[in-house]
Amino acid sequence: MKTLPSVDVVIIGGGWTGLLMAKELGSRTALSVVVLERGGPRKTNDYGDDMDELDYTIRFRMMQDVSQETVTLRHDSSRRALPLRQHGSFLPGSGVGGAGEHWSGVCPRYLPDCFELLTHSIEKYGSKRLPEDHAIQDWGVTYEELEPHYTRVDLLLGISGKAGNIRGKQIEGGNIFEGWRSAEYPTPPTKIPYFSSMFAEAAKSLGYHPYPVPAATTSRAYTNPDGVSRSGCTYCGYCETFGCMIGAKSQPTNTLLPVIEKRKNVSIRTGAWVRRIVHDASENKGKASGVIYFDANGQEVFQPAGLVFLSSWTLNNTHLLLLSGIGEAYDPTTGKGALGRNLTHQVNFSAATAFLERPLNRFMGSGASGIMLSDLDGDLFDHSKLPFLRGGTLSARSARSLPIGEWGVVPESVKATWGPQWKKAALHYYDRTGRIGFSGEHLAYRDNYMDLDPVYKDHFGDPLLRLTLDWRENERKMADYVITKAIELAREMGAKDVTPFSGLQSYDATRYQSSHVQGGAIMGSSPERSVVNPYLQHWQLSNLFVLGASSFPQNAAANPTPTILALTYRTADAIVDRYLKNPAPLA
Amino acid sequence: MRRREFLTQSAASIGGVLIYSRQVFRLSAQANQSIRIPLRFFSQAEALIIAAASSRIFPSDETSPGAREAGVAVYIDRQLAGPWGRDRYRYTQVPFEENAPAEFGYQGKATPQQIYRQGLKDLKGFHRLGPREQDQKLKQIEATLFFSLLRQNTIEGMFCDPMHGGNIDMMGWQLIGFPGPRMSNYEDVDTHFGEAFRPKPASLRQVTRGKVRPSEDLE
Repeated sequence: MKTLPSVDVVIIGGGWTGLLMAKELGSRTALSVVVLERGGPRKTNDYGDDMDELDYTIRFRMMQDVSQETVTLRHDSSRRALPLRQHGSFLPGSGVGGAGEHWSGVCPRYLPDCFELLTHSIEKYGSKRLPEDHAIQDWGVTYEELEPHYTRVDLLLGISGKAGNIRGKQIEGGNIFEGWRSAEYPTPPTKIPYFSSMFAEAAKSLGYHPYPVPAATTSRAYTNPDGVSRSGCTYCGYCETFGCMIGAKSQPTNTLLPVIEKRKNVSIRTGAWVRRIVHDASENKGKASGVIYFDANGQEVFQPAGLVFLSSWTLNNTHLLLLSGIGEAYDPTTGKGALGRNLTHQVNFSAATAFLERPLNRFMGSGASGIMLSDLDGDLFDHSKLPFLRGGTLSARSARSLPIGEWGVVPESVKATWGPQWKKAALHYYDRTGRIGFSGEHLAYRDNYMDLDPVYKDHFGDPLLRLTLDWRENERKMADYVITKAIELAREMGAKDVTPFSGLQSYDATRYQSSHVQGGAIMGSSPERSVVNPYLQHWQLSNLFVLGASSFPQNAAANPTPTILALTYRTADAIVDRYLKNPAPLA
Repeated sequence: MRRREFLTQSAASIGGVLIYSRQVFRLSAQANQSIRIPLRFFSQAEALIIAAASSRIFPSDETSPGAREAGVAVYIDRQLAGPWGRDRYRYTQVPFEENAPAEFGYQGKATPQQIYRQGLKDLKGFHRLGPREQDQKLKQIEATLFFSLLRQNTIEGMFCDPMHGGNIDMMGWQLIGFPGPRMSNYEDVDTHFGEAFRPKPASLRQVTRGKVRPSEDLE
C-alpha cells in the first residue's frame, strides 16, 4: 500500500455536502483539502447532450454502479435479505456532484416541529399516542438555530419560490404554514404548467392553501453570493435523472465547483473509492488518522489527514462506518449501539392519477415547477380523531413525464395491457394523465435499521449493507387518508377517471419512491442514542464529521436537500470558528 | 468476431420489419425500399419472430403505425447485444433466488440474452401464424418473464431516441405528440392551456448537432 503525504482535510464523497464543505474550508481557511470521489470527473457544463430517456432514466447512466455495490433488504429480522439487483426504490448518484446532479430540485424547508418531534408529540398527545415500537428522537438542533443557514442555502442555490411567512407575517400565495423565514426567496416562482395550475384552482376551491413548489430549477438568471451565475429554466422537462443541459438547475458542479476550482488548496481525486477510515485507538485516542482508498488504477492508497469528513451518499456513510469498525453497531434486541439505527425512507407515492378531458402538454415543465399544499403536513391538521400521526404534502409537478416511463397509463376500466385496445386507450390518455403526488413523513422504528449482510459482498469482497425495513400502521393509515383527499382534488380538477394509489403494503424495492433515505449515523444529544453530536461530529472520533441525511433521526416529509445543506453550513461554521482553534468535541 | 446476420426487408418478407407503409402514414417520401439491417444478436428467424410479436403488443392499424414500422426489433437486437443484454447493469453475485417475492425485483440468474433465447424457443414459427393465433400464443406466455421483458422493450423501442434503433422517423413521438429534447419551452409552458401544442419533433442528434453515442455502442 502506498502512503501519500498527509493533508489537513480529507473529504470522502464529492456530492452536495462534500463539495459544500470543500468550498467553505477552501475559501475560508488555508487548509489543504482533498476530496475523494469514487465516480468519474464532471465539469461545470457537462450536460449538453444527455437528454436521452433510455440511457439516463431507464438505464441509470448517472447512478451508482449497482453491479459493483448495492444493498440488501429484508422486511423484518426473521427473514433472509436479498440484494437489490437493479436500481429501484431510490437512486444513489455517482461521479462529481453525486445525486445532486440528477435531482429534481424540490426545495422546501422542514417544519419547525420536526426537529423536536419527540418532545412535541409527547407534549401534544402524550406518549401513548406514539407507536409502541417507535424510535423517534429530537435532533439536538432547532429550527431557530438552523434558519440563518437555510437562508444561506436559498441564496447559494437561488431557490425560486414565494415566501408564506417572513418573520411571523403570513403572506397569501406562499406557504402560510412554513416556519418563519428571514427573507423572501431570492428568485420568483417558476412558471406553472397547465396541470399544476388546474391543481392550484381545485385546491383553492376545496379550501386548501396551495403555493408554488420551492425550486432549485431557478426561474430566471441568477448570480449567487459567491459570484456564480446560472441561467434561468427553459422548462425542457429533462430534470430528474439528468444533469441540466443549461445549468438552470442548481447542481454541485455548477454551484460549488466554479468556486472550488479557483482554490489552489482544494483538489478533487476521482476514481478514488474509499474502503476504510483508519483509526488507531491505542496510538491516537479518539482520532481518525486518515483513509484507505483504491485509486482509479486499482492501487491501494493510504491518505493521512488531520480532519476527516464522511460525506458519501446517505446509506454509504453508514456502510463505511460499519466496515471501518467505528462506533458500536446497533442491536435492535437490546437497543444498544447507535450505528445503523433509525433507518427511514419517505412515504412517497402518486396518491391519485387523474384522467382528464383536455390535453396537458405535459412534456413542458421542470422537475420542481408545480404547485403543492401543506394543509395536511406535520401536525397542521387535527389528528385527534385520526388513526395516525403526522402527514405530508400533496403536489402536482411536471417531473417524470417522458414517454417510455409514462406510456400505457390508462384508467382501471381498461383491462388490456397489450394489443389494439390497450394501444387505443393509451394513445388517448397519454397527454391527459396527471399525477397528484404525496410526500409524507416516515417515523423511525426500533426494528428498521442497518447492519452488514452476512451473505452478499461488494466487488472488493466486503459485506454489503443490509437494510431491515418495512412500513408500519402509521404510514399505511396516513396513506389511506391522503389518498381520499387526493381523489377529491382530482375530481375537483374535472377528472372523469381517477386511479388511487393501491395503498402501502410491504416495502417495495422496485417502485421508485424517492432517493430520500435517512438515518444510520444519526445526530442527537446523547452518545448512547446517536452517532454524531448536533455539529455532525462523531462522538468517539472528534476529528471525524459525518455529513448528510444519514444524520437525520427520522424523515420529516419534505425533501431533504435544503436541510442537509443548512446542517453542513452550520458544521462548517463550527469548525472554522471553534474547532480549528481548539480541536476538541464541540458538544 | 461478431456473428453477422442481416435482416433483409422487402415487400415479400412478411410485410417487413422496416418497410414503413409510408404513403399511409405520410412519414417519409420513399416507398417500399429494401433495407439490409445488420443484426447484432438475433438470427434472422429470431428477428422476424420478435418483429411479429412486438407488433401484436403494439400493433399498427389503419390510423397509426406500431412496433413493426418503428423498428422495435432492431432496437431490441441492439439492446440485447449491448451491456444491458449481458447484465452489465445488474448485481449478479450469488446466491440467486429464482422465486423471490415481486417487491424484491428480478432475482434470477438468467441474463436478458438468455431469457430471450429461451423465450424464442417457445415461439418457433410465430411469424408465420395469423394474427389471431399469434395473440393466443402470446396469451399463453403472458405471465412469463420473457413476455414482460418483451413488452417493456417494445415500449422502449417505440419511444426511445431514434439513435437506439427504434422510434424510426420519431414515429412513436409523433403518435403521442412528444417533441423530443426541445431546448426551450419557455414561451409555451404557461400558455396553450387546454389545447394540444405539438411542436415538430427533433431527435437528440438533430438538436445537439453532435455525435451522441448510445450506451449499447459504448461497451
